Amino acid sequence: MHILNPNDSERRLNMAKIESTLKNMVLSLTLITIGASAALGFVYEITKKPIEVTSMKNKLEAIKAVVPSFDNTPGSEMFILPTDDGDSLEIYPAKVGDEIVAYAVKAGTQKGFSGFIGIMVGFKPDGTIINTSVLEHKETPGLGSKITDPGFREQFNGKNPENFSLKVKKDGGQVDAITAATISSRAFCDAIERAYNTLKKGGLI
Amino acid sequence: MSKINEFTKGFLKENPVLVLLIGMCPALATTTSALNGIGMGLATTFVLTCSNIVISLLSGVIPDKVRIPAFIVVIASFVTIVDLIMQAFVPTLYNTLGIFIPLIVVNCIVLARAEAFASKNGVFASFLDGAGMGLGFTTSLGVLGIIRELLGNGAIFGHKIIQGDGILVFILAPGAFIVLGYIIAIVNKIKKTQEA
Repeated sequence: MHILNPNDSERRLNMAKIESTLKNMVLSLTLITIGASAALGFVYEITKKPIEVTSMKNKLEAIKAVVPSFDNTPGSEMFILPTDDGDSLEIYPAKVGDEIVAYAVKAGTQKGFSGFIGIMVGFKPDGTIINTSVLEHKETPGLGSKITDPGFREQFNGKNPENFSLKVKKDGGQVDAITAATISSRAFCDAIERAYNTLKKGGLI
Repeated sequence: MSKINEFTKGFLKENPVLVLLIGMCPALATTTSALNGIGMGLATTFVLTCSNIVISLLSGVIPDKVRIPAFIVVIASFVTIVDLIMQAFVPTLYNTLGIFIPLIVVNCIVLARAEAFASKNGVFASFLDGAGMGLGFTTSLGVLGIIRELLGNGAIFGHKIIQGDGILVFILAPGAFIVLGYIIAIVNKIKKTQEA
């Protein structure tokens, strides 16, 4: 076992090493950090573009998944609406011709089991939920991560929060929570509710 | 010790997870599914191999008293590089592993190999040691992940093969300890029979 090998320290003594003088220490650490910074800067430059493209692509795909077909570019017609609690949400209108067929709302909540959950929700102009898509989450894999499963998300499709209580059944609502992931289920409902309330407050539905 | 031994020792004889019992945190936290475990293992293997090579090259010019800060700078740089590259080119894997990647910096396997092996051995031997230890780590995480996913979710690599919910405890932390305990017992048994 190398960690515990008593010969290791002897081997180190036999090897030619530069002395631990202040000048040597400062010099070698400086050179190493400069080298490391250069390498990081280089990698950052070459990955910057792909990272932006991926995050843009994910957003567009999420919009496409939650609204019916459209012929405009929701990405460039995005606008921002304030929420009740001082935050603001991005709204992407989907149009056919000049008529608005749906709004895709990028909403999120901090109430997840492990922090932030970001979702995209599509609403018809009358407030009915069309579909949902999870953009980002850090929920427990295998438990809370099931908020991304269609089996859980589809129960919201076609429901109007006007007459559909966005609470899990345990809290007196109408949503079937994921087994052993009530907090994640609650958070998902909370994110949809924030999106709905924001649209409503903005007078769009 | 011959060169080939430097590579193979990581799999069974000095397997970091199952024999040396280091790097427990990622081994237990990321193995909720086979894919997560293997992804984490491969990311660690990359960092371990690169940092071993660079540290063995630099070992002559690093004064002893500042060797740990120097190792950490090298390791942290490679971890950030892995983080950025994963984010750019394998975003799906990054979504599930993202929060664990920065933890590779403090994964004691990487620092332990730098301190105990790479700083005292040649470049090629350090490369073999890093790759072997890393792949040994990956194998253990993969096995842990496969067993936990199968028992906890009834699936292998995301494909459902048993209907129903599975045994929940295996997805949670206690399940990780239980599975790890049994695997270590089996490995010990194999080692004993080999020695006998």
